[in-house]
Order: sequence, then structure tokens, then C-alpha cells
Amino acid sequence: MDNQETNASFSRRLFSLQHVVDETPIIAETPRASIGSQEAIVRKQLTQKIVFGLFWLTGLLAVAVLIGVVGYLLVQGAQVISLDFLLTPPQGGLEGKGGISTTIITTLYLVILTIAIATPLGVGAAVYLVEYAGEMHGRRGLVPVLVSIARLGVETLAGVPSIIFGLFGYVLFVLYMRFGFSLLAASLSGACLILPVIIRTSEEALKSVPKSYREGSLALGTTQLQMIWTVVLPAALPGIITGIVLSVGRVFSETAVFYVTLGGSYRIPTSLLSGGRTMALHVYYLAMDTRAFDKAMGTAAILILIIIIINAIINYITHRVSVSLGR
Amino acid sequence: MNKAYIADRAVRVILLFAALLSIIIVFMIGLFIFKESLPAFREVGATSLILGSTWRPSQEQYGILTMIVGSLLVTVGAIVLGVPLALGAAILLAEIAPGRVRGIIRPAVELLAGIPSVVYGLFGMVVLVPFIRAVIPVKGNFGFGLLSASMVLAIMILPTITNIAEDAIRAVPKEYKEGSFALGSTHLQTIVHTILPAARSGIVAAIILGIGRAIGETMAMIMVIGNAVEFPLPLNANPLTLFLRSARTLTGNIAVEINYATGIHASALFATGVVLFILIIIVNSTARILVRGEHYG
Repeated sequence: MDNQETNASFSRRLFSLQHVVDETPIIAETPRASIGSQEAIVRKQLTQKIVFGLFWLTGLLAVAVLIGVVGYLLVQGAQVISLDFLLTPPQGGLEGKGGISTTIITTLYLVILTIAIATPLGVGAAVYLVEYAGEMHGRRGLVPVLVSIARLGVETLAGVPSIIFGLFGYVLFVLYMRFGFSLLAASLSGACLILPVIIRTSEEALKSVPKSYREGSLALGTTQLQMIWTVVLPAALPGIITGIVLSVGRVFSETAVFYVTLGGSYRIPTSLLSGGRTMALHVYYLAMDTRAFDKAMGTAAILILIIIIINAIINYITHRVSVSLGR
Repeated sequence: MNKAYIADRAVRVILLFAALLSIIIVFMIGLFIFKESLPAFREVGATSLILGSTWRPSQEQYGILTMIVGSLLVTVGAIVLGVPLALGAAILLAEIAPGRVRGIIRPAVELLAGIPSVVYGLFGMVVLVPFIRAVIPVKGNFGFGLLSASMVLAIMILPTITNIAEDAIRAVPKEYKEGSFALGSTHLQTIVHTILPAARSGIVAAIILGIGRAIGETMAMIMVIGNAVEFPLPLNANPLTLFLRSARTLTGNIAVEINYATGIHASALFATGVVLFILIIIVNSTARILVRGEHYG
């Protein structure tokens, strides 16, 4: 933390230094500048201005792309969004009649289920990796080997493309376990997808809890478990919640996994074993199978709004944490 | 006290299992997908499966080379279009832009990363595809094809590459920069000759992770690439018109057909998954090794 602070103030100082370097001609006789007549210096500064202009252009282009994609879909989508659109069920067919009410409910079911499965496992894994595995460092034997294997597993899982999770969920949960295309199969597959996200963010949160908290607790005679439960986890909670919110966003956005495990029926699922259609899937079906591009854009606009809200929540929590820890 | 100690021990074992779950899942993914693909490898043969260029399940022809080529071409397209943009933005954010501008651009880029891929796919369908159909008057150009898909992918990998590359550039020790300034270099010379070479492995890792994301993308690709299972060839004498062709990716092949495929057909789709899985593991391990090699003395 101290380190970060000095870095920040340092880069501020450096920035002012940079400013001086950018603007003033090079006066000192240095090996590079010695051949530099006034003309060469002017040329150098001109080149720098042009190249920096190009960098600015790329940055602005990136923002323009964002505004283009988000703005276009929000504006187009706003034309079909109404209370009616949100509250009536889709009717299917080539015209894509109806609203999106059932897909909203299915999405919520799936989000809750997936998070409920993945959170305890992910947070548990992170607690082990940070609180228990830390002391294994440099030791020999079976457990330290398992720990490094576990870390490799998290890294590998994080890079697996979502369609592979879909393929895996399809063969294991839909076919072998006979769950069929269902909420259960989809949420189990989805849980595999978000597990690394939760583990990584929880790990970061746990690592940011000061060591003195732990020492204080242990000094009072608690076991390590009591210390984790009563001291470390409460202190790390905001960071862990950030990870969960991030995962909620992933489930809202995910399509490929649910496309091959959830079935796609636009009726409300009546049990864990019935299929359904999320909002993101609905966008896909509307765009590919119907002519209702306007409704696809309406649904997409709502998804974008949800993602914007989720990002805002994450920024809010992160900001509050950094304020409360005095960073 | 004794009870608390026993609880501590028990929880420790349970949590170790939770920690090992990820590797168990990775192992099971490999196991199941490989096992399901065995019949296809046995019946069709590994060579004609991977190097066969005809995919006609109705005639029991299962060659996935067209899909491998499709995935690679669209990834190359996305890299060519997206990497300069992403790196330019990363250099701007890390070195040039004042804090306030960075405070606007960085969250915008992060928001881009969170937007669902179907939303990008939809944007491609309603904006990019008609645009490309309208502005490039080549016979046989329907808009749906490798170019549209590359453009959509370029937008999708932009935040991944920009964020990681920016972090890599920021991680270069300040002393390097100060040394360069002290020798009389301009800011641009410092960036080009000192900072970028020092951040090189991190930047390369960012690009490789972007490639991984591009190869793995599914739904947005299905929506804009056209999904034809034929070898993409140029439409006329200009070889670049190749990119106006419809194609199919490995991911798209799986997603489009898996839910109704049976028998060898389904098994061949799992074989497609095996190829994809191996490809991704190679790409991601390369990135991981590069990041690990990043050391500043």
C-alpha cells in the first residue's frame, strides 16, 4: 500500500518532469543531441507531435467505437422498450411478436442458481489458496504439490473458451446425468465458467487484508478457522462481493454455454429440470430466426443497461474500499 | 478448544478440495471431450478428420480443415485490425494522456469488455454487414463473411489487449524513463527506444491473450461470418477478396450442430472441440510463460 502511494506521488512528479521535457528544446550537449542543431530539434518535436496525435486518434477511436456500438443499440432499442415489452411473454414465430418477460425471469433464475453453486466453492478455494497454502511455501510433501497444481488449474480454467464449457456441460450434465436441457444443467456448466473469476477476485480481496488483523486474532487464541471466519472474511467481504457482481455480469452476458445446455424454450421454467431462454439467448434467436431486429435491439439495449449498472456497482464498491482503507 | 481444533482441520481438508476443483474440472473437460471424440478419430481417422476439407455430415464426410482455416483467418483479420488500435490506446493511456482523460477512456474500455458477445454480433448484423455489402461492390459479396467477423472480433479483443498492455507499460520501472530523459531523449524517443522494448514481453502476452479470446469467440462469429462450410477462396483476381467470403469457425461448427447431431457426427463435433481445446491451451500457455518471464532487475 505504501509502495503504491509513493508510486502515485512519484508519477505525479514525473509527469511534471515529462511536461518540461516535452516542451523545452534540448539544451544540454548530450551524445544524441550534439548533432542536433536547432532545426533537428524542431524536427524531432514535430515528429513527436504527429506520432502523439496518432496515439490520441487511436484512443479516441476506441471511445468512438464504444459510443457507436452502445449508443446505436441504446437509441434503436429505446424505440421498442416499454413497460409492455418488459411485461409480456414472447410469442415466437417469424415475426418475433411479444415482449421479453419470460426471458427476464429465466435469466434471473439462472443467475441466482449459478452464483449459488459457484460462490461457496470459489470463495472456499480462494480461502485455502491464500490462508492455508501460504504457509506451505518452501515446504516439501504432497500438499504443496497439490497447491501448485490447484493454481495451475485455476489459470487454465480461466482461459478455456465458453463453447468448450458448453460442450462439456452438454455431454456431462445434459446427456450423462440425464438432466436434459435444463436450468440445472445450464447453471452447473455456467458455474464452471465463473469459478475462476470468483477465485481470482476473492484471492485478491483476501490478500489485501492486512497481516496485523490476522496476528491480532491469533494472539487472542483463536484457531485459524475462527480467525478466517470472524476477522479475515468480514474484512475481505467488499472485494469478494465485487467478484460475485462481476460473475453476475458474466452470466447475464454468456450465450454459448447456455445455447447448448439450456434448450431455448421461451416459456418460464417450472422446475430445475425444465429448459428456458435467457435474454442474451433471446437476442440471438430473434436476430437469427426472426425478422424482429428491432426487438433484438431492444433486448440488447436492456442487457447493455444492466452491464452499465453492474460496472457502476463494481466501481462504487472498489472506490468505497479504497477510501475506507485509506488508499 | 479441542473441538475448535478438529473443526479447523476438517475445514482445511474441505477447502483443499474446493481449491482442487478447478483442476478436476479441467481434467474432466479434457477427459469427456476426448472420450466422446474417439469414435470419430477411429472411424474417420485422425488425418482425414483434421486435414480433410469437406464437411458433409449427411454424406458422412467429416473434415474440419475448413473450420481450422476459418478460425485462423478471422483471428488474423482481427489482429491486423485490432492490435494497432489497442496498442495505440494502451500507449496513450499509460504514457501520454493526462489523468482526467485516462479516467474517461479506461472505464469506457472496461465497459467494452463487459458487453455480451451477442450484442456485438447483433451490431455486426445490423450495421457492419449491410455497410460492407454496400461499400464493396464485388460480385458475390453478401456482407456476411470473414471481413465483418474480423471487424466484430477486433472490437471484442480491443479491451483485453489494451488493458493488459497498459499494465505492462506501466510496470516499466521509472528509472528507465528517467535515464532516457537524462540522456536528452524526447518523450517519443523514450517510448519507442526504452519503454516499449522493456514492456515487450507483457505486450506480446496481451496480444496472445487477445488471440486466445478471438479463437474462442462463438456466438458473435455465428451471427456475422455466414457459416458456409466451404474453403474460403478469393472472389476475383484480388486475393484480399478472400475476406469477403463466408466461412465457419471451429467454435461455430460446434455450437450450430451439436444439439441435433448423433453418432459419428456428434463425435466429430467433439473432435472439433479437442482441436480447439489444444489450440487454446497452446496459445494461453505461451502467454503465461511470457508473463512469467517478465522481470525487472
